[in-house]
Amino acid sequence: MSYAERRAKFNQKFDEVFASILGTITGFITGTGGLMRFGARSIGLIFAKPFRWDEIISHMEFVGNKSVVIICLSGVFTGLALAYQIYLGFKLVNMTALVGPTVGLGVLRELGPVLTGLIVSARAGGAMAARLGTMRVTEQIDALEVMGVDPIQYLVAPRIIATVLVMPLLCGVFDFVAMAGCWMICIGLFGIDEAAFWDRTTQWLRPYHLYEGLFKAALFGLFFSVICTERGYKTKGGAEGVGNATNQGVVTSMVMIIVLDFFVTNLINVFYKFEKFFQS
Amino acid sequence: MTEEKPNPSSEKAGEFAGQYAIELTDVKKSFDGKDFVLNGINLKIPAGQITVIIGYSGTGKSVLLKHILGLLTPTSGSIKVQGKELTEMSEHERTQLRQEYGMLFQYSALFDDMSALENVMFPLKEHRRKMKKSEMMEIAKARLKDAGLDPKHFNKFPSEMSGGMRKRVGLARALALDPEILIYDEPTTGLDPVLTEMVDNLIVSTHNLRKGSTSIVVSHDLYAAFRIADHVAMLDNGRVLLYGTPDDFLKSEIDLVKRFVAKGVRKELTPKNGESAEEPVRSTE
Repeated sequence: MSYAERRAKFNQKFDEVFASILGTITGFITGTGGLMRFGARSIGLIFAKPFRWDEIISHMEFVGNKSVVIICLSGVFTGLALAYQIYLGFKLVNMTALVGPTVGLGVLRELGPVLTGLIVSARAGGAMAARLGTMRVTEQIDALEVMGVDPIQYLVAPRIIATVLVMPLLCGVFDFVAMAGCWMICIGLFGIDEAAFWDRTTQWLRPYHLYEGLFKAALFGLFFSVICTERGYKTKGGAEGVGNATNQGVVTSMVMIIVLDFFVTNLINVFYKFEKFFQS
Repeated sequence: MTEEKPNPSSEKAGEFAGQYAIELTDVKKSFDGKDFVLNGINLKIPAGQITVIIGYSGTGKSVLLKHILGLLTPTSGSIKVQGKELTEMSEHERTQLRQEYGMLFQYSALFDDMSALENVMFPLKEHRRKMKKSEMMEIAKARLKDAGLDPKHFNKFPSEMSGGMRKRVGLARALALDPEILIYDEPTTGLDPVLTEMVDNLIVSTHNLRKGSTSIVVSHDLYAAFRIADHVAMLDNGRVLLYGTPDDFLKSEIDLVKRFVAKGVRKELTPKNGESAEEPVRSTE
């Protein structure tokens, strides 16, 4: 193979790789733009008439009530495991009385909202994407349009508002049972003095730690409900399309929750600094 | 493939006296700015009659239907529904206008979390918000009876119904708001001959029952289409290739029409001894 031919082949490969990268970037930007437009329209329609209270209540029941058992199970074992690990570390420096507040801070500010977000996005978010995807491929969404009913206002907006309302409640349940698990293992197994446990815990934990977690949970709920409903709403093809939409919705939601958590944590800390600055 | 013929729809249109339910004038649609899915559709659908739109797959039937429903906006041209210009309407006005339509989908598109009765009540709940629930239920039951569904099936869910029952419920739902225009999208596709005939009869009986309503059937089941149609429009390459009565189609000398008809209808309508074709069943009395 001559130099010119090798050069041409290299150029062709280079072009292909470049085009592929460009395509991925363009696809990402287009997809994100489409998602944002869909989310903005859906949120706008939450306040449009007619208000769909029945739908909102029914979705709150589905997202919230039906997730309580799984949230309780996950929460209690998260509290147990976290307390165990922290106890093992703190025992080395004779600070076992601080296990309670350390677990409390971790659960209230991080693990509560993040794990609640991940669990509920997998359970309810996946179901939303699958449901809307099935409705799309069986022409039920087209039927709504033809009947003069806005499918986003009827199907998407109630799911989003229901998720945003229910997520802080679920996060609160998670926080409570995780702390209960922590308390059980600390008092029952490790023999930490109960008075010291509560004294330290109430000394270190503040209401705003709880609010921070609840706010994050609502935000994660907003994001995963928009992502999953958008995936489902824009499903193409038959059963395979529904499967892909569900898969994409859940995976994207989970990644987004973890990425978003980092940025939101930073933003909240910046907010605290500003608050302290203005108070001083 | 396509013969260069003058668009017959505009010539034929003058023959039909009375008001037109839908008028499409030089409607063009391109999704990418280059290729036209609809390439100058001229079609006048007379009010109070059954018009069947036929054509090969990919000739623009579904896109045309979406334009008629106001779900798509044409790149150029005019669409008038009962004299009102659809292309100049706001989204809200279009949504209001869609209450004038009832549509039976290919696979019925029933809401699978609702019973037959709830499916039919749904449009009433959405658009007749002040109506009492008992009134809605009465209307829904009446529509289901009109569509020929046995009352013992009223509380069944779509997953518990046969294809024919689902079609009946779909039709009852389409009739719920007492629409002026009924649209059937491929109503007999995928059905066995007995069910096909049942659906055809249902279309005709529904049309006869509702004097003055306009029915538009999109189909590629030619035999069935010719049994029920007052007028037929054949699409090809985004244009109306031929518009006329079923007899006009049987007598047509356009090559594409002849081949299309030969495949689907002529064999079944023309007696073996070669005598003239049977008179198709008509809905008008």
